[in-house]
Amino acid sequence: MTATLSPPRQGHTRFARAGFLMRVRELGIVLAIVLVFVAATSVNPAFARLDSVQQLLIGASIIALMGVGETMVILTRNYDLSIGSILGLSAYVIGMTFRAHPGTPIVLGFLIGIALGAAIGAINGWITTALRVPSLVVTLAMLYVIRGVDGVIVNGSIIGSDVVPRSFQAVGFATLFGIPWMAIIVVVVVAVAAYSLRSFRWARDLYAIGSSPEAADLAGIPAGRRVFTAFVVSGALAGLAGALFLALYAQIDVNGGTGYEFLVIAAVVVGGVAIFGGSGTVAGAALGAFLLNTINQALVATRISAFWNQAIAGALLLAAIAFDQWLKSRMTTKLQLEKGALREQSSD
Amino acid sequence: MPVDASDARPVLELERATKSFGAVRAIVDGTITLYRGEAHALVGENGAGKSTLVKILAGVHAPDSGDLRVDGIDVHFRGPADARDAGIAVIYQEPTLFPDLTVAENIFMGRQPVRAGRRIDRRAMNSAATEIFTRLGVVLDPDRQARGLSVADQQLVEIAKALSLNAQVLVMDEPTAALTNVEVDRLFGVVSTLRSHGAAVLFISHRLEEVFEACQRVTIMRDGAFVRTDPIEMLTVGDVITAMVGRKLDTMFPKTPSHPGDVVLEVRGLSRTGIFSDISFQVRRGELVSLAGLVGAGRSEVARAIFGIDHATAGSVTVDGKPLRLGDPLAAMAAGIALVPEDRRQQGLVMGLGIDRNVGLASLRRLRRRGLIPRSAERLLAEDWARRLQLKFARLTDTVSTLSGGNQQKVVLGKWLARDPRILIVDEPTRGIDVGTKAEVHRMLDDLTSQGIAVLMISSELPEVLGMSDRILVLREGRLVAEIGGSDATETSVMRAATGQEAA
Repeated sequence: MTATLSPPRQGHTRFARAGFLMRVRELGIVLAIVLVFVAATSVNPAFARLDSVQQLLIGASIIALMGVGETMVILTRNYDLSIGSILGLSAYVIGMTFRAHPGTPIVLGFLIGIALGAAIGAINGWITTALRVPSLVVTLAMLYVIRGVDGVIVNGSIIGSDVVPRSFQAVGFATLFGIPWMAIIVVVVVAVAAYSLRSFRWARDLYAIGSSPEAADLAGIPAGRRVFTAFVVSGALAGLAGALFLALYAQIDVNGGTGYEFLVIAAVVVGGVAIFGGSGTVAGAALGAFLLNTINQALVATRISAFWNQAIAGALLLAAIAFDQWLKSRMTTKLQLEKGALREQSSD
Repeated sequence: MPVDASDARPVLELERATKSFGAVRAIVDGTITLYRGEAHALVGENGAGKSTLVKILAGVHAPDSGDLRVDGIDVHFRGPADARDAGIAVIYQEPTLFPDLTVAENIFMGRQPVRAGRRIDRRAMNSAATEIFTRLGVVLDPDRQARGLSVADQQLVEIAKALSLNAQVLVMDEPTAALTNVEVDRLFGVVSTLRSHGAAVLFISHRLEEVFEACQRVTIMRDGAFVRTDPIEMLTVGDVITAMVGRKLDTMFPKTPSHPGDVVLEVRGLSRTGIFSDISFQVRRGELVSLAGLVGAGRSEVARAIFGIDHATAGSVTVDGKPLRLGDPLAAMAAGIALVPEDRRQQGLVMGLGIDRNVGLASLRRLRRRGLIPRSAERLLAEDWARRLQLKFARLTDTVSTLSGGNQQKVVLGKWLARDPRILIVDEPTRGIDVGTKAEVHRMLDDLTSQGIAVLMISSELPEVLGMSDRILVLREGRLVAEIGGSDATETSVMRAATGQEAA
């Protein structure tokens, strides 16, 4: 029987090869970053100075860090809109701890932020999976709930640089061989996450759930548990981001982190994570954050009105989504044509 | 391999299983017994309960009652993972792949080979996939994304997945529907290899010639119930078809003699690449024409193309001799065509809106006064149609989700009839509707034709097709294969045409 097989169809294999498109996408972002960098430097040479480049890295760090968690959530076809609020609350609670107990070890400050974020993420994940409420609604509600709680706790007061320990602030400005510590922390997190998402079964489940929820059910994937985990990680990283935020700015008020959820989602989507889940990488998301921040600072350096920044970020977002949709529809069309051709051939 | 039921213990037994979805009884007696080394066919009409039975075996649905035994031991599957662990692999009609993942990942999802630290060993996974493909005698890149694979290749991935499980029972639900002849041969080669390794293969197919070619025993289902299981050599194709359809037409079809007038709808050479091709037919005033065929034959797709929801890639449609702009539902509506879709909950109704607002939806332009829609005009329209269709309801403002299936269907019909259509296309007009309302819908369709409306009906229920139609057009795999006059048609002649047995 096996001797009479039809010749294999191998067309477009290289094109469709896993990871190939992703790499093209990520190279495209790197190229865009380089172009923006070169253009900005040619107008204002100061843009290429060491401290300026350090600012580029620091500025992208917090968004890139939250982008890791958001990527994991979006991969499963869910959304976490509460991360900006988590950042704000986390920073404030850490600040309060330092004010109340000035001797608190700085590591404990970080741990408090992470634990707080993870706890809120667990609530998000539990409501989404156990009660089957769309995560968009759950986390939008959580965004406001936390902001409200934050307001009550803060009660108009501001945590200032006087209560934030100098050693904690150092995380925001100190460097190692010229590389800001913040950037190192974020790069480590991104690297660990990138490796994990490629290498572990539970992580591949995240892609499967977002790629086809029905097929995931049929394959017996514990979707609820995986989505829950993704929300916990997203919350924990937002909590960590709160600690970094406090370290960087050395102050926090009730508005800290407002609107960050949309900056993060924009960065993630520009970085190639499909908005309907199933594909994308944390490295891409981090590059997306870096690109948006580079554009932002390039506009400042070239004295172009900062209002352009938002317009450009929005346009990039649209371009990224349009590109993804175009690619998908192209592949689907190809599939249908192929199917039709086969049918013609077989009915002869 | 001969199958001797006496000396072997069945590998899988399902006895008197029942399963209802709400008021719909999908299976009333699901019974099937599989032995090692046999290829067993499960056949039945559309809606006979085959797919539900498959989903019970797959652990997707838990039966309401009945026994399921694997190797003689009672089992209760809590989910697909349980069935998989019990050695049952299922290949569904529609491939269920993860488009964003690689071919190898699709095969080994949740069971990927791991190395130290529980990390996935991609190299081992890819070579294991390649090994399976080699056994199947095909070349498919394991590291390729599943998106963009042809349906046949997707089926191959599904088959490879089943093989990798070393399943003792392999269930294939219509695996050949999307395959070419060569690929079907290849699949049968795989099936016989599996049998020789002692697996049981359950094969669901509408193509009876395949059943006779590949299987040793056949189980026939009708109306959700077991009819008979026999060795295939004891049966003819005719026996199988008779057992599949065997029932009498009842008095549910109040068909009055029709007097067809001029041609209203003419379809010429209508094609949509990969879906259907070269469809030509006419419908006259006062005539009811049915599009019959198996699920997936392209009937609904033809209707959608006529109404302009899907683009046709070739061909033309004329209404009263005037060419219709294709791909434009508004043009179709303006020309007097109405389409009552197959899925009324998703496509026919806005479930959260009231009866009045649903009825008015297709007539908003007419109801409009100075750019606004007066509620009173909407209510008047709805009251009128509720009375004419004998709708059972509490208040017109009740959301349609509170109505029974039959009454929901009446609302959809009312919505379109309110536009005074010249051509009415109804897709599965009585699916999931109780018997009483079904007869009412039939009477309504008959009334409409006597008023001179041309009706094009798509139905998977043969008795309905036979009882209501002036002419029957049979589609098979996207082609119009037979046109049968209403009085000449029998269940057997339509089924033969639909399954490709028309020569007999």
